[in-house]
Amino acid sequence: MTATKEKESSTPKATNKRGTSARRVYLVDGARTPFLKARGRPGPFSPVDLAVQCGRPLLMRQGIPADAYDQVILGCVNVIPTEMNPARVAALRLGMGEAMPAFTVQINCGSGMQSLDTAYKYIREGGSDLILAGGTEALSHAPMVLSRDAVEWLADFNSASSPGDYARQVTGFSPGDFKPEISLEQGLTDPIAGLSMGQTAEVLAQQFNISRKAADEYAVSSHQRLARAADEGWLDDEVIPAVAPDGTLYKYDDGVRPDSSVEKLAGLKPVFEPPHGKVTAGNSSQVTDGASWMILASEEAVKKYGLEPKAVIVDSEWSALDPKIMGLGPVLSASAILRRQGSGLNDIDLWEINEAFAAQVLACLEAWDDPEFSRAAFGTDKPLGRLDPERLNVDGGAVAIGHPVGTSGNRIVLHLMNALRRKGLKQGIATECIGGGQSGAMMIEAL
Amino acid sequence: MTGHILQALSAREMERGPSQQTDSPQWKHWKLAEGEQGIVWLTFDKQDTSANVVSTEVLEELEAILEKLHLQPPKGLVIRSTKASGFCLGADIGEFRKLESRDEAAEKLARAHEVVNRLDNASYTTVAVIHGACLGGGLELALACNYRIAVPGAKLGFPEVKLGLHPGLGGTARLTRLIDPMEAMTLMLTGKTVPHQKAEKLGMVDQVVEERHVASAVAAAVAGDIDPAGHGLRGRVLSTRPARQLETRQMRSKAAEKAPPEHYPAPEALIRLWEEHGGDDEAMLRAEVDSFAELLMTDTSRNLVRVFFLQETMKGLTRTEAEPVNHIHVVGAGEMGADIAGWCAYNGLSVTLFDMEPEKVAAAVAKLADLCNRKHRTPAQRRDILDRLTPDFGNHGIEHADLVLEAVPEKVEIKQKVYEEAEARMKDSAILATNTSSIPLETLRDKLKDPGRLVGLHFFNPVAMMPLVEVVSHDKVKQAIVKRAMAFTGQIDRLPAPVTTAPGFLVNRVLTPYLVEAMVMLDEGIAAETIDREAEKFGMPVGPVELADQVGLDICLSVANMLRDRLDTPMPPPPAWLEEKVENGDLGKKTGKGLYHWKKGKAEKESKVADAPDDTIDRLLLPMLNACRACLREQVIESEDLADGAMIFGTGFAPFRGGPMAYARKWGSADIRQALEALANRYGDRFGPDPGWAEDESGRSSEQS
Repeated sequence: MTATKEKESSTPKATNKRGTSARRVYLVDGARTPFLKARGRPGPFSPVDLAVQCGRPLLMRQGIPADAYDQVILGCVNVIPTEMNPARVAALRLGMGEAMPAFTVQINCGSGMQSLDTAYKYIREGGSDLILAGGTEALSHAPMVLSRDAVEWLADFNSASSPGDYARQVTGFSPGDFKPEISLEQGLTDPIAGLSMGQTAEVLAQQFNISRKAADEYAVSSHQRLARAADEGWLDDEVIPAVAPDGTLYKYDDGVRPDSSVEKLAGLKPVFEPPHGKVTAGNSSQVTDGASWMILASEEAVKKYGLEPKAVIVDSEWSALDPKIMGLGPVLSASAILRRQGSGLNDIDLWEINEAFAAQVLACLEAWDDPEFSRAAFGTDKPLGRLDPERLNVDGGAVAIGHPVGTSGNRIVLHLMNALRRKGLKQGIATECIGGGQSGAMMIEAL
Repeated sequence: MTGHILQALSAREMERGPSQQTDSPQWKHWKLAEGEQGIVWLTFDKQDTSANVVSTEVLEELEAILEKLHLQPPKGLVIRSTKASGFCLGADIGEFRKLESRDEAAEKLARAHEVVNRLDNASYTTVAVIHGACLGGGLELALACNYRIAVPGAKLGFPEVKLGLHPGLGGTARLTRLIDPMEAMTLMLTGKTVPHQKAEKLGMVDQVVEERHVASAVAAAVAGDIDPAGHGLRGRVLSTRPARQLETRQMRSKAAEKAPPEHYPAPEALIRLWEEHGGDDEAMLRAEVDSFAELLMTDTSRNLVRVFFLQETMKGLTRTEAEPVNHIHVVGAGEMGADIAGWCAYNGLSVTLFDMEPEKVAAAVAKLADLCNRKHRTPAQRRDILDRLTPDFGNHGIEHADLVLEAVPEKVEIKQKVYEEAEARMKDSAILATNTSSIPLETLRDKLKDPGRLVGLHFFNPVAMMPLVEVVSHDKVKQAIVKRAMAFTGQIDRLPAPVTTAPGFLVNRVLTPYLVEAMVMLDEGIAAETIDREAEKFGMPVGPVELADQVGLDICLSVANMLRDRLDTPMPPPPAWLEEKVENGDLGKKTGKGLYHWKKGKAEKESKVADAPDDTIDRLLLPMLNACRACLREQVIESEDLADGAMIFGTGFAPFRGGPMAYARKWGSADIRQALEALANRYGDRFGPDPGWAEDESGRSSEQS
């Protein structure tokens, strides 16, 4: 084991939660599809189709033999019945070989980051050297579901054994039972709190006094920042065009509205709590399809394949709180990292906080600067302070790009890595709130 | 995709019956073993070949086995092949070629019939287990059994008609008896093979079971627990001759549409056989022998059999020791690049496709999806095929490909720029290939650091339809590269024609004078329809005017101009109106307007046009033969056989004529030379006979002396 020891002493040490030394974990590269707004019908790609669309070119451009990876981990929330373990289906369709272990992770909106974190820990602990970790989601493919009454009726009908039975079944039929519901709507409602995700944002808007105008202004800036990044070519390396079997070329995130304005957004009606609510379609993240992958490698793998890693993972954290205020999660998980690293909010060069709702992001910023919140959450009257908005979501966020729930956690780390490098900066934290009252955060350092 | 573990286990999957042989192996091609419940397994494993065929020796052995079983009848007999390739590909066609007279053929066939009849009349239950290909004579053996059990993946059919024949080992009688006779006739007239599902639906097989249930299915069949697939009601209705005659009228006209009876006598012979004897097995079997023997002696069949062997020869060129190409990177997603990339993905290769214009790459994906739909791929197959074609917007594939194929516009500077980038980034072992049709490879390899790795792979349009690829070599090419390129054509189910980098290679050089002469004729005022009709009467799939429209007038013009510039052979200048059409963008089928108007992919033709002058077909054909002769003399292509194969598989040159050189051989070099001289006197020196004709004459006469 002397070789390992030498290696460890020659490279800077990463530290895990328990303070023991561990292997460094590199982010080598990553790519995502354009995020495609769901337009009321199934989009051109299934979850695995999306994962294949950006996975193929990513594997190609790194050129590591596809079967040299140790495993594939994929976040996905709305798995469709024909792709039950999308990670494995994707691995096989990506030509990574029948011997490739692959599993899917699901922690709602944190799934794409959970895959990175799981990969990070496998490599850090020495179990793996090379992992493809991603997130994928095709919200437009979320199935229609029948009510429980309708399912009961069908079961009885199928087990009917005589003409009389059938007749009784048919007369008991009520068309209303068969009105399908879109499972997505159910999925975006918290079963414990009984609130839709949008309603949890309304709760935060009230608690932290976020005005409709502030939320709309934030949303406009998200669109403007994304539009600028796309125009400047800052996303060229990150977003790989997708091609549907009908030959349609999807080049860009299609939810962005560069001409968005506070005036225009002011005209929209609140969707979750009309007529007085503050959360509208315009200041919420968009319902979108998209996938994202990153390649994670150990020092050994970097040397073996001559890779040029772009960043190293410094730390990660998962936290949880009441589902009713799930949107505040990032404050908990990111603060835990800051504490461990001995950093202040503005010691971190760039931040990605997933924009589930504009009001929710703004509430997080308020919470950091709120003594009462600080006392309750961290047991100290001294809040962390005010996060410089110029460090936050510098190239826009889910309000403009969209929020394919299983993917976003992966995308924000990917983009954070690319943005840090573009700006010649070092440290960044990506974090997201998670439906159900959780959150994840990951800190990286650009190389 | 099959991993090594499954691969290792796969060999266990085939049900081979009892492992203990009954006898010491006294037969070369068959093995007999007695299993449980009195069931005897007869396995067919022809010695020293990868696929089973029915040869004289195979039948002689079968006869001896049947005799042995006759003396000690088992309860049941199973016949199955243990070859991976399938049950049996058909008769040993090589033996056909040795038969010199009708009577000899009839006699041999009658002997073969006796063996198969004996199987049919066995006193015990007979079961054929069919996996993979079960064609022609193989299917006829299976049809003589009481039961047919198929394994998924089985393909059944009678392709004899493609060789100018019909089934000759009892298939005509047994299939029309077994299933709906109309379906049976369609199958035999089209030569199409049917997959296991369709075969079960038609009643050709009694049950389809997975390999793991074969033994159980066989036992069930022998025990009488499987209902034999019944012959339909139609069979009984059509048991009278007048009833059959009503049906044959339509059959005849349909057959004539696909294969004119004056060129292809087999369909008519088959129809007559059924019309006269349908329902009377014994008479039909007897008549089948005579009819088959007759067909075997026709020029059409002889030529088609020869074409079959040409195809085998060309396939043989692809079997080299070279490393297979796993990943091909295509640069340029124009019409050819897109289709080549798609075809490679369709055939199982990993493909990356790059073009400066991403929209073109995207369009290539749609074309491949269309191809999958046209070829009735299942959704899962289509998904896998599309997954193999990676739109490569960053041109990253260059570094990983085993073969980089350039299909960019025909400009030397553009191509050389592609090579410059490619050569710097390619794997050391990778092939660099060009799909150029008009630029000499000597020019293209000029700036390469390693010119030996450049080879031409000239595909024909549409790639998915045209089986030929010209594999073009040049003075500096490495032979290993050429060999690997040939093996690559085999991987994607295409036939290679090795040629040297002479102007137009072989196919365009030979085809162009034919197209140019058609233009001259149009100029003289002969109607397009008249010209095309003459060529079609000769047996071309389409006439030269329509072909020019299909290829694209722009391409025809540029190839013709290139050949005129680079060859010494005189060629008339293009008519001014042709250049005008190209300038106006009336390019043929692709623009809807060319020499014809095109609607829904079809040329609109006048049906009533004047008769053609007597020398029309000579004027069209002889320049082709002349160019072919020149290519042989210049050693652009190695042999007459390969030249014929290239023209048949690259242009559809009337296959029943055996190819241009076979046709010329039939005329005789002296006659062709004289005919060309006569045309030269009348129409000009573009008909001047190639010196090769005279050389051939003297060569032949000196051989004889």
